[in-house]
Amino acid sequence: MVSIDVWNASVDFPIFDAKSRSLKKLALGKVGGKIESEGRVPIIEALHDITLSIKDGDRVGLVGHNGAGKSTLLRLLAGIYEPTRGQSRIVGKVAPVFDLGVGMDPEISGYENIMIRGLFLGMSRKQMESRVDDIAQFTELGDYLQMPLRTYSTGMRVRLALGVVTSINPEILLLDEGIGAVDAAFMAKARDRLKSLVARSGLLVFANHSDEFLADFCDKAIWMDEGHVKMFGSLREVLTAYKGYDPFERMHPHEETPVLSGNGGE
Amino acid sequence: MQATSTLGQPEAPPPVKSRSFKRAFADVREAWDHRELWGHLGWQDIKQRYRRSVIGPLWITISMGTTALALGLLYSVLFETNVPTFLPYVTVGFIVWNFILGCITEGTDVFIANEGLIKHLPAPITVHVMRMVWRQVLFLAHNLVVYAVVLAIFFTALNHPYTITKGGIEHPGLSWTIVLAVPGFALLAVNAVWVALLFGVISTRFRDIPPVVTSFINLVFFMTPIVWDAGVLQRVTGGGDSNWRMLIAELNPVYHFVEVVRAPLLGHAVDWHHWAIVGGFTVIGWFAALVILRNYRARVSYWV
Repeated sequence: MVSIDVWNASVDFPIFDAKSRSLKKLALGKVGGKIESEGRVPIIEALHDITLSIKDGDRVGLVGHNGAGKSTLLRLLAGIYEPTRGQSRIVGKVAPVFDLGVGMDPEISGYENIMIRGLFLGMSRKQMESRVDDIAQFTELGDYLQMPLRTYSTGMRVRLALGVVTSINPEILLLDEGIGAVDAAFMAKARDRLKSLVARSGLLVFANHSDEFLADFCDKAIWMDEGHVKMFGSLREVLTAYKGYDPFERMHPHEETPVLSGNGGE
Repeated sequence: MQATSTLGQPEAPPPVKSRSFKRAFADVREAWDHRELWGHLGWQDIKQRYRRSVIGPLWITISMGTTALALGLLYSVLFETNVPTFLPYVTVGFIVWNFILGCITEGTDVFIANEGLIKHLPAPITVHVMRMVWRQVLFLAHNLVVYAVVLAIFFTALNHPYTITKGGIEHPGLSWTIVLAVPGFALLAVNAVWVALLFGVISTRFRDIPPVVTSFINLVFFMTPIVWDAGVLQRVTGGGDSNWRMLIAELNPVYHFVEVVRAPLLGHAVDWHHWAIVGGFTVIGWFAALVILRNYRARVSYWV
């Protein structure tokens, strides 16, 4: 069964400046001992005491101000960061879509990118080769797939990444804000795939600022604030508390109808 | 405001600890399961490097060929040795050294260079090490072409007993022992993985290590019998009890690693003490790497 459980987890980043990252300081520091307070590595507590349980079928939206810890939380849920204190347990095949374009060689072609992402997410080469056509069709990138990645716009990268993650049947889908870069028509297309994915067996955590995207994809929400989980509950409750008004009142009465055309919300 | 939901509270935490040898082993094992990934990435690296050049990866072979030729000729003149035996010696030594050099210098940089991938895609960190070592293996495979050419040219000088330096050890010449190069190289590659894991993790934390390593590695090159023959040390001492000079080579671990691959390829006498020392390093090194992996595996994504 797919699930993510986190117990009292904290994520602390040591900030090594040029000096404290060197051996000199460590070696010399042993001698004196008087500059202790100065020699200590400053720590940024990005996440503090997070306790969460996300089960399969959950579609969780992640809201909060910039720097509230949304991306860090997603990386914690992906298993990229293991908590410095506390524990986490991730059961299921994780497929993250984070900052796009980072981490990939900008010179490689779209096809190569599809292959490498797929292999990273645990697919075999054969499996990916059989999916390439499907991904090419879904992303509508066509001949662009032969072009190096540096020629891609942000939206095109999002298409590519979404094409890969939705084609490999992941169980845990983690999407960062960058997803918003694609146009509404593509989003509508991706939406069906994502929904069916989550429905089959899986869970989704989606960081976004747009009420419409959140209403479209999620039924629960986490409100992050200064590295804490300020609130975790149903989407409407959390959004109402976070925004100070009920965003659903301004939208269509039924949550299920696509609302991508409107620009109300924010 | 507190968590209001019914789904907020998970049951009791599992007793699994993040810092355990089990997790360290799992990292290595999972990396092995991902071999298609690093296999692909390693190839990709080579193709990428020579993407827009006309003759592509052939450059690897060409640069090795010219270096081996120049060094071989220069040093055989300097040491007054016989070119047909000395040139192959320098060539093979240099090919093996290049592999070791690549694994050590790129090993210290392996996680730092892959920061983007580490922070964006969950994968065992050993994957990045395997990719780097595999890339070095592919470089070596390109360089073996030079060995094949040199062997074809100087075969007649190597297929009977010969000495590299006058008064040095007599080598039996090429024979079936050439197959020992395969397990020898396998051992070398296995060692390359722990070296890169160990140095890679430490360098990610302490950024002084890569420059320290790059500045000392040249010294190691000259201290290792690659462009000179260990037999020279014996000739200088004239045998006898002043064999302490041999320690210059014997105390250098790189010498033994070079020797387990080079000796079979050139038909040198099989000296089992090199194998024993390399075996010892394999065990100790892997143990050290696993300890580091156990304690700091999860920290790498924080440090990069």
